[in-house]
This record gives sequence, structure tokens and C-alpha cells, in this order.
Amino acid sequence: MSKVIKRKDLKGKIKDNQSIMVGGFLECGTPERLIDVLLEDSIRDITLIANDTGFTDKKFGSLIVQKRVKKVIASHIGTNRETGRQMNEGEIEVELVPQGTLAERIRSYGAGLGGFYTPTGVGTVVEEGKEKKVINGREYILEKPLGADVALIKAWKADEAGNLIYRYSARNFNPLMAMAADLVIVETEEIVPIGSLDPNEIMTPGIFVDYIVDFS
Amino acid sequence: MDIREKITRRIAQEFKDGDLVNLGIGMPTMVANYIPEGVQIILQSENGFVGLGPTPPEGKEDKDLTNAGGQPVTIKPGGAFFDSATSFAIIRGGHLDATVLGALQVDQKGNLANWMIPGKLVPGMGGAMDLTVGARRVIVATTHLTKKGEPKILKECTLPLTAKEQVNLIVTELAVMEVTREGLVLKEIAEGVEVDEVIEKTDADLIVSEELKTF
Repeated sequence: MSKVIKRKDLKGKIKDNQSIMVGGFLECGTPERLIDVLLEDSIRDITLIANDTGFTDKKFGSLIVQKRVKKVIASHIGTNRETGRQMNEGEIEVELVPQGTLAERIRSYGAGLGGFYTPTGVGTVVEEGKEKKVINGREYILEKPLGADVALIKAWKADEAGNLIYRYSARNFNPLMAMAADLVIVETEEIVPIGSLDPNEIMTPGIFVDYIVDFS
Repeated sequence: MDIREKITRRIAQEFKDGDLVNLGIGMPTMVANYIPEGVQIILQSENGFVGLGPTPPEGKEDKDLTNAGGQPVTIKPGGAFFDSATSFAIIRGGHLDATVLGALQVDQKGNLANWMIPGKLVPGMGGAMDLTVGARRVIVATTHLTKKGEPKILKECTLPLTAKEQVNLIVTELAVMEVTREGLVLKEIAEGVEVDEVIEKTDADLIVSEELKTF
């Protein structure tokens, strides 16, 4: 049961107005060819969930530059001046989330949890409107799970069953997002037959993955 | 000596052999250059690994290996990669011995503001809020005054906070100050600097240590 599809068969699978998670950290471990798919297929009004919004002059950042995004949920937007400009002009909405909270909210969604209590953000604007609780004498705030319609993932190696291995620091948010969306699409540097990856070394089990895209 | 070198050289004296440390982007990164001989620390990079090594030589960069600022780096033997949830489990879970961060403002209660200036600069907090509440020891590396010459070490921060009452030590080019229950203690002054000058350039109330040293 192969999960490999061709680029042309992706057409119509991602729609306008969807929430889309994109793996990567400042353009490291970013699925660049899947970003091209969003750009080429003119996907618009995206609610983008990612660690950051990349750099103005690089692939991931161009989603913002080309105005495909209506809302950003991220931990940091400072490396892409265009995100700040569009936010100040009221063109896009930005929700800033502490990085560890963002990672754990995504993990929680994929893990079926209703949220978690974290000390991060206590006594700051981050706690506004959130339930607070003292546990074992320490103050925590409740953070809720975060899922998406689509997750775009960058792996190093994938087998046809969708089992994934990431390389170096390109792993970052990718394995978490692969568990937290209705439709999980993977870009990879190498697609190998089922049985050629050592099951001990799989980082994302293929059961989380819907499609591996063959761009050849 | 360059001001940033003065500050980061002093901070580099703060670690024990084997400490796991996260250095913030910018000046805090320089601390790694001045770790004393005989002390080895393990650096954590919040984008997902421990064992952060130096910048690779030109031409040896790997697109899949960057630090939390997106710059090409290396990993040392014995290092390990993990995902972002594990990275922040390390940070929040009390497994990190220390973090070194910059400041826009820091105050005598240990409050830190370093992630936004309303209406001007809103880059986001990145991992700073998690690092500040999670690390066992929070060390602030900052110039004593702003570029306009205003104090950065205040009685109370006026900018939006990164974390409440989490800072342990503040190191500037003029002074080393420790946040204690009694207040902010001036522990060391830079060579050639008078206590009065430090007090004058500090908005916070300083308790001058009876064992005041120079650095």
C-alpha cells in the first residue's frame, strides 16, 4: 500500500482558507518544494502555523511576501520584516506563542490531550484570558491543543509506507506536526521501498502520513 | 577590551564542568569563546540538539545543521538531535543548568523584558519565555545603559515582561549584580570603575556587598 503520489496528483488536495502547519525552523527542515506547490496552485487565505515566518528573501518567507497568509501562529516573526509590516498595516493577524508552548500544543493535539499546564508566560501578556492554577506551590497557565487541516513535512528519507527519518537539526517541529493534522503531506530527499528502512530508526511511523510526494 | 567581550568573559566564569547551558542569540553566544581551560560545558540549541559546536569553515556548512538563529553550526562528538517538544522538555523540565540571555530591561526583582517594544519592535518571544522560567539559573548579559544612555537595570520593568522574577545574575560592562530576596546585590565592579558611578547609572536600588570584588 504505497503512499507515494506524483506532484500533479496534489492538485485540489490543499484548499484556500485552510490552516496549514509547516515544519522547519528558520528555513532549516522546511519543505521547500511543498511551499512551491502552495505558490504555484495559488492557495490563499492560509492560517499558517509554524515556528517562524522565515526570511524575506528565502522560500518559506515568500509565502508572506506573496500575501498568501491571512493569519500567522508562530513563536518569532522578527527575521521576516514583511510579516511585521503586514501586521502593523492590519493586513494579517499574528498570534505569538512561546516556542515551547507552540511545540507542546501541537504535540498535545496529536496525542489526543485537552491541553497542559505550563509555567511559561506566567506574569506576562501570554497569561491573559487563560485559566491559572497553582500545582505543588507553583503557578501554571492552561494552554490548549493546536491542530490543523494540513501539515507539510520535510523528511530526509521516507519509505513507500510513509515511515520517516529526519536529518540533523532539520527535525525540529516536523515530527510533531506530522501527528497533528487531518492531511499530512511529506516532501523527502529519498523515497525507498518498504522494508529498506530499519524499523529501529524510524522517527515518524508511517501511520501518521497520508502522502509522500514524488517530485521527479 | 571590547564591552561585549568584557561582559561575556565574566559570564564564562560562572559554569561548572559538565553544565548544560543554552546561550541566547547575539552577545550571549560569545560566552562560548571564553570558557576557562579545564571546564567543559555542553551547549543546548533550542531548535533541537545538545552538543552545539563552533561555526564550520567556509564551504563545510550543512543546510540541515543550524543554530537557533538559523546560522550554520556543527555538532560535537557525543551530541544528540531531538524534536522541538523534547527540546523544550529539556528547557522547561529543569534539565538545563543555566541560560544566558540579553535584555531590553531587567529589574531588582528579577523581572526580565527582552521580547518586544509596543508599537515599535514585535519580533516575538521565540524560546526566551520558556528558557527564563525553565533554566535553573538565568544570567542576563547586557550593557549597563541603553544606546541613549538611559539605565537598563530598573526598580521595575516598564516593557512587557518575558518572565516574572526569574533572573538570578546580571552582568554588564560595569558590574555583576545578584538578585536576592533582600534585593539586588552589587557583588563586583569592573576594574577602574567607582561604586558611585555604578549607583548613578543604575535605576534599581543596589545593596553594595561587604565583600565587593573587581573583575
